[in-house]
Amino acid sequence: MNAPTPTQDSRNSNSLSPNPAPGKPKLKITDYSIELILGYVLRTGVVLSAAIVLTGAAIFVIRHGHDPANYRVFRGEPSDLRTIPGVIRNATRGRGRGLMQLGLLVLIATPIARVVFSVAGFVLERDRLYVAFTLIVLTVLLYSLLGSGLTF
Amino acid sequence: MTNLTFTALVALVSLLAGLLGSLTGLGGGVVLVPLLTIFFHVDIRYAIGASLVSVIATSSGAAAAYVKEGFSNIRIGMFLEIATTIGAVLGAYLAKWIPTAALATIFGVMLLYSAYVSRRVRTQAQRNQPPDPLATRLRLNGTFPDLEGERSYNVQNVPTGFSMMFGAGALSGLLGIGSGAVKVLAMDQAMQIPFKVSTTTSNFMIGVTAAASAGVYLSRGYVDPALSMPVMLGVLAGSLIGSRILVKAETKSLRLVFSLVILVLGLQMLYQGLWGHI
Repeated sequence: MNAPTPTQDSRNSNSLSPNPAPGKPKLKITDYSIELILGYVLRTGVVLSAAIVLTGAAIFVIRHGHDPANYRVFRGEPSDLRTIPGVIRNATRGRGRGLMQLGLLVLIATPIARVVFSVAGFVLERDRLYVAFTLIVLTVLLYSLLGSGLTF
Repeated sequence: MTNLTFTALVALVSLLAGLLGSLTGLGGGVVLVPLLTIFFHVDIRYAIGASLVSVIATSSGAAAAYVKEGFSNIRIGMFLEIATTIGAVLGAYLAKWIPTAALATIFGVMLLYSAYVSRRVRTQAQRNQPPDPLATRLRLNGTFPDLEGERSYNVQNVPTGFSMMFGAGALSGLLGIGSGAVKVLAMDQAMQIPFKVSTTTSNFMIGVTAAASAGVYLSRGYVDPALSMPVMLGVLAGSLIGSRILVKAETKSLRLVFSLVILVLGLQMLYQGLWGHI
């Protein structure tokens, strides 16, 4: 058996018995159901970002596959690949580099979505302490993202 | 080298990085940055950008599998993430005043010692310690699917672990690397959390920490899409394979892989610290 039964607190019991007796199945939010939802969020984010990056990669390789690769000198990315509105503009024009960067943005957004969904999960679980904990993490995350100049 | 061959080779190397990263909870950067800079002649700033992408890809790719298997502990992760993210923000500010070369040297020595210590497997008596009241109050204790069936664990030394996580965050802000190693060590050595739970929970956490600093690197132009593309795709594939292996692997062999990777990381840190490449 590789998954604990989704009974209340089965993932967080302090009892030393390895398998707490499974009670009747309850329609209650538990850590385990939160984790299943988070797993789904993650998978969606990963598949979506990989699909966008692959599309961009195909365009890039067809157009520039035989150009020489050179990353010796740091030039920095052009401004429309450094901000969210710029990347979206670039991607909607069907440019390979823009699409790949958009896929990377979706990838970066995935862990943030994960924290957002955990806040929601702990709210449903009525675990005030962990709602507070996840909100602190989310605030620091958003603080450092918004302060970076990415959104302008 | 044309873009096509470059992409194929980088994807292959990234596959290995993702595999090691998901097995050890360290992310792919440890392997990727030196390989990209030394063998592919990539500028360090582009390499750092790509490494950041690789950390998030490892974290999300592997976590999707781990969460389903019930290894990572979301409460431990979220609680400790408070310390890590605040530490990272502070570390980025402190970078101006702290001599990073000296810090890298000290960190390197610490890692060499940890590489030695972390190979030891805990005894049965060490595993069955009574629950720590603070850990119980924070509901950190849990169970995970061990090879012989579901096993419960009691988290120890919460304040020490929390402080080490603060240090891990500050280090990632100061040195840009190595926070995964401190995370696993804090959970495994200080908090006595089972190794597989430590590495998988670290995997969850490094993704969140990396996402926090992604904005800065992206807006500075460090993230090149054509370089990050093969890194991301390769790392994703590698981390999926790695998470399959982890489920069935013996903790002893996972500890060996972990200790070898942090040995390499320690030597890297010493080199950068002593020769001032940081």
